Amino acid sequence: MRERPSIESLLELFADGKVSAAARLITILEDGGKDAERVLDSIFQRTGNAYRIGFTGPPGAGKSSLLNRVTAKFRAKDHRVGIIAIDPTSPFTGGAFLGDRIRMQAHSEDPDVFVRSLASRGSLGGISNCTDEVVDLMDAFGKDLVLIETVGVGQSELEISEKAHTVVVVLVPESGDGIQAMKAGLMEIGDIFVMNKADHEDAEGAAREIQDTLRLKDIPEGEWEPKVVLTSAREETGIDDLIDVIEEHRRHLDEGGRFANMRKKILRSRVRNALMDRMERRLRASDKVRELLEQRMESVYRGEMSPYMVVRELEELVSIQ
Amino acid sequence: MARKVRVLVAKPGLDGHDRGAKVVANALKDAGMEIIYTGLHQTPEMIAESAVQEDVDVVGLSILSGAHMTMFPRVMELMKEKGAEHIVIFGGGIIPAEDVEKLEKIGVARIFGPGTDTGDIVKFIRERFPEE
Amino acid sequence: MDRKKYNDEKKRYQETLSGCGCQDIEFTTVSGEEVGEIYTPDETEGFDYNEQLGFPGQYPYTRGVYPNMYRGRLWTQRQFAGFGTAKDTNGRYHYLLEHGQTGLSVAFDMPTIMGYDSDHKRSEGEVGRCGVAIDSLRDMEVLFDGIDLGAITTSMTINAPASILLAFYLCAGEKKGTAFDKMGGTIQNDILKEYIAQKSWIFPPEESLRIITNILAFCSDHVPRWNTISISGYHIREAGSTAIQELAFTLADGFAYVEAGIAAGLDVDKFAPRLSFFFNSHLDFFEEIVKYRAARRIWAKRMKEKYGAKNPKSLLLRFHTQTAGCTLTAQQPENNIVRTAFQAMSAVLGGTQSLHTNSMDETLALPSEKAVRIALRTQQIIAHETGVINTIDPLAGSYFIETRTNEMEEAAEAYFRKIDDLGGVVKAIDKGFFQREIQRSAYEYQKAFEAGRKVIVGLNRFKLENEEIDIPLLRIDEEVERQQKKAVQDARADRDNDKVARELERLKAAAEGTDNLMPVIIDCARCYATEGEIIDTLKGVFGEYKEPLFI
Ligand SMILES: Nc1nc2c(ncn2[C@@H]2O[C@H](COP(=O)(O)OP(=O)(O)OP(=O)(O)O)[C@@H](O)[C@H]2O)c(=O)[nH]1
Ligand SMILES: [Mg+2]
Repeated sequence: MRERPSIESLLELFADGKVSAAARLITILEDGGKDAERVLDSIFQRTGNAYRIGFTGPPGAGKSSLLNRVTAKFRAKDHRVGIIAIDPTSPFTGGAFLGDRIRMQAHSEDPDVFVRSLASRGSLGGISNCTDEVVDLMDAFGKDLVLIETVGVGQSELEISEKAHTVVVVLVPESGDGIQAMKAGLMEIGDIFVMNKADHEDAEGAAREIQDTLRLKDIPEGEWEPKVVLTSAREETGIDDLIDVIEEHRRHLDEGGRFANMRKKILRSRVRNALMDRMERRLRASDKVRELLEQRMESVYRGEMSPYMVVRELEELVSIQ
Repeated sequence: MARKVRVLVAKPGLDGHDRGAKVVANALKDAGMEIIYTGLHQTPEMIAESAVQEDVDVVGLSILSGAHMTMFPRVMELMKEKGAEHIVIFGGGIIPAEDVEKLEKIGVARIFGPGTDTGDIVKFIRERFPEE
Repeated sequence: MDRKKYNDEKKRYQETLSGCGCQDIEFTTVSGEEVGEIYTPDETEGFDYNEQLGFPGQYPYTRGVYPNMYRGRLWTQRQFAGFGTAKDTNGRYHYLLEHGQTGLSVAFDMPTIMGYDSDHKRSEGEVGRCGVAIDSLRDMEVLFDGIDLGAITTSMTINAPASILLAFYLCAGEKKGTAFDKMGGTIQNDILKEYIAQKSWIFPPEESLRIITNILAFCSDHVPRWNTISISGYHIREAGSTAIQELAFTLADGFAYVEAGIAAGLDVDKFAPRLSFFFNSHLDFFEEIVKYRAARRIWAKRMKEKYGAKNPKSLLLRFHTQTAGCTLTAQQPENNIVRTAFQAMSAVLGGTQSLHTNSMDETLALPSEKAVRIALRTQQIIAHETGVINTIDPLAGSYFIETRTNEMEEAAEAYFRKIDDLGGVVKAIDKGFFQREIQRSAYEYQKAFEAGRKVIVGLNRFKLENEEIDIPLLRIDEEVERQQKKAVQDARADRDNDKVARELERLKAAAEGTDNLMPVIIDCARCYATEGEIIDTLKGVFGEYKEPLFI
């Protein structure tokens, strides 16, 4: 049942622009391992053209509805849009309910919009471990804008700031979202703050509150000052403003080589993360390391060795020249 | 390598009776699958394109409005056009026995009638996509 | 009563009882409510007859809305029917009326319910399938051909486009010479439960409520015999709610309409008497009876105390009942006759004003003529053979019934408080409160059934292997869709299209303003504008509601 066409033939079809091939390659990337690396190796040269915009915020803030609206506008400007919508995997059952797509079905018949829902799977923050790879694939597939939706609870917001060029934090006027946002560290990472559901009462007040908090931030001369935008995804208001601000931020990055630096930084952190990940896995997989560790732990329990003595010894075992 | 089963659950047609679709979606999720839920009023075009983009293994369609002989064949046809005939399609709803036969002939893997135990649906999927 | 003897006997009874042992099953209602093994005068202590029951036809109407109940008049036997073209359904109506049915009830097909004409792309495969296809006044004329609209009453199960179908109906009657004020009937017109459960919405809630208040105002001036909203718990229950949720959410919807009417400047005593209710009758015999009794009491109290209604008619909770479609099985379908009979009986013992009994084959396809006849006969057997109509509210005063009625009322009140805390019904819908509650109950029930804690005969117990279904099924010919497409296209070719365009333009202007929409919709109907054209015009102004997702 699970037979799938060879990676070679999928890559060929992918190069021809076949959506079904792109979709199946994403699955391979999600599954990880050697096949995923092969796919990435062969498409990577074609990446580097997509601008990435992250949307994060509390559950139900209207991120997907907003993505739906924003996509319509970007399509009107002839952008080809890829959307990656990430929802959490249940730690108890391993299952996931991916419900973001329901808001974007209006675009389902547009060949220049590609929506993919991902479950966070093994990752701890709300963001899937293969997000970067899936973005690459959409990039190589010719999407020049990739929008990433993640639920802003836990650590995902920090991760999103390492993956997106522009981070949009979506909030709602409802009870104390602003305060929650500050606590959760969302204030640190947003380039743009959207107060959505502006059709509700007190949206303006809540937006002002965010604005006031942002004023307290120390922003070095010439750096980007986070902007606050009021939108209603339901009533389709403020969407143009949001697009304008996103484009303004993009222009800001383009100035003075900021974008190039950011890109380098993102790639550097990817390599570093992948390397660390690989090293950790290898350490865990090594019987020698485990045996020695178990032995030495006894001495640590008895107070005969300090933890660092053990580490030094293990380090020698895996010494990197 | 762990390989998750991905299932698209959708309700084609104009009626709003999504109790069954949601119960099934919940049960499959609780069984450890990844459910892409596209909700009500889906056209065959929306369903086929979503199934392809999401690269699902299985599509479950719930139809209670009597439009099954229009909806299923159209979805099947579109799947083929899009190069996704490998996706397993099952259905649920009020579908007379003779139509069930016809649908199975055109490649619908199974129709689950009213009163189905969700465990049977889980089993049906697991038989085809065993947990690795 | 000799109190000492009572206490001694009760103690002795309880001791013997605990010695007897019980089967190892859950003694809960179908909604999962625990019930006691026995009810005694202890539970009803302090019971105040005047406060809690009153006499039938008297406040708070727990015992029934009329003093004479079925001694005066039986409930209306109203079988819901509709399929294929207007002509096909017209034939079924004549059949039902000849067999003694006393009111008509129209089931529309999905395109009509969702506001699409039969030749719209989204209608493909759905025309005439689960109801009759009506595109314009022309179809409505055919639907009631040979039927005197001044002599019968008609109930139409239609919500988002209710104003339009009502307009078609009124115009059809008018053309036969029956004045608006001589026609009686019901439109469901309960949009709130669409967002909550049934999900056949078109416009957003605020806009929908405006149309509804327009209907309330128009009918109280021009169609006084029309029941303007049939506030429905039926679909809430079918979507998987418990009995308490059905009761509480339905009444909450009712209060929301009353508040909307009052806020629109209408006199509560003018429109409230035309509000009616529509409940489900599910499997748990007593739970359902208790639900109807509690409903009447809650409604009367609130209407009087909170909304200041003075007209006694405003306090009456009159209701239609349909037996629960979701309890029917496709396996051994004949068993459904029995289920339906019990459900119908609890509706009658609960004091319903009208009743639809489901046909045994409804989980297989549209009901056949024979199945429909048996369903109707079920009501006639209850009415004429069982003797339950002889005495009004025969269960009153039962320790069990009265205790459970009180508990039902309290549980509903607890829900009302929650809904108030959320900011009212529309806000609670926006937050997904009802939707989540119902989904949770539905999933819980499914799990209980799958674990065997709830038994469905023929499904998880007492199964038949290799069962052959031996029931004739009604099939809708593919031809229907083709015919109906042609009919609507002919209708469009056959009318004064300039006039139609002008009327639709007027409708647009009215929708943008604050005028009552009903007169303009009627003008559109008169010149044979189609339902789809009218709806599209309104969508242009009001927008469309999008499915929220709550998990
Ligand atoms: N009133 C109002 N409701 C909105 C608006 N935007 C979204 N909603 C509603 O808010 C609910 C959640 O919207 P989504 O777009 O699914 O929110 P989300 O942030 O993507 O939610 P998750 O992916 O579940 O975290 C839906 O019922 C929307 O219809 C808005 O601008 N105004
Ligand atoms: Mg979302």
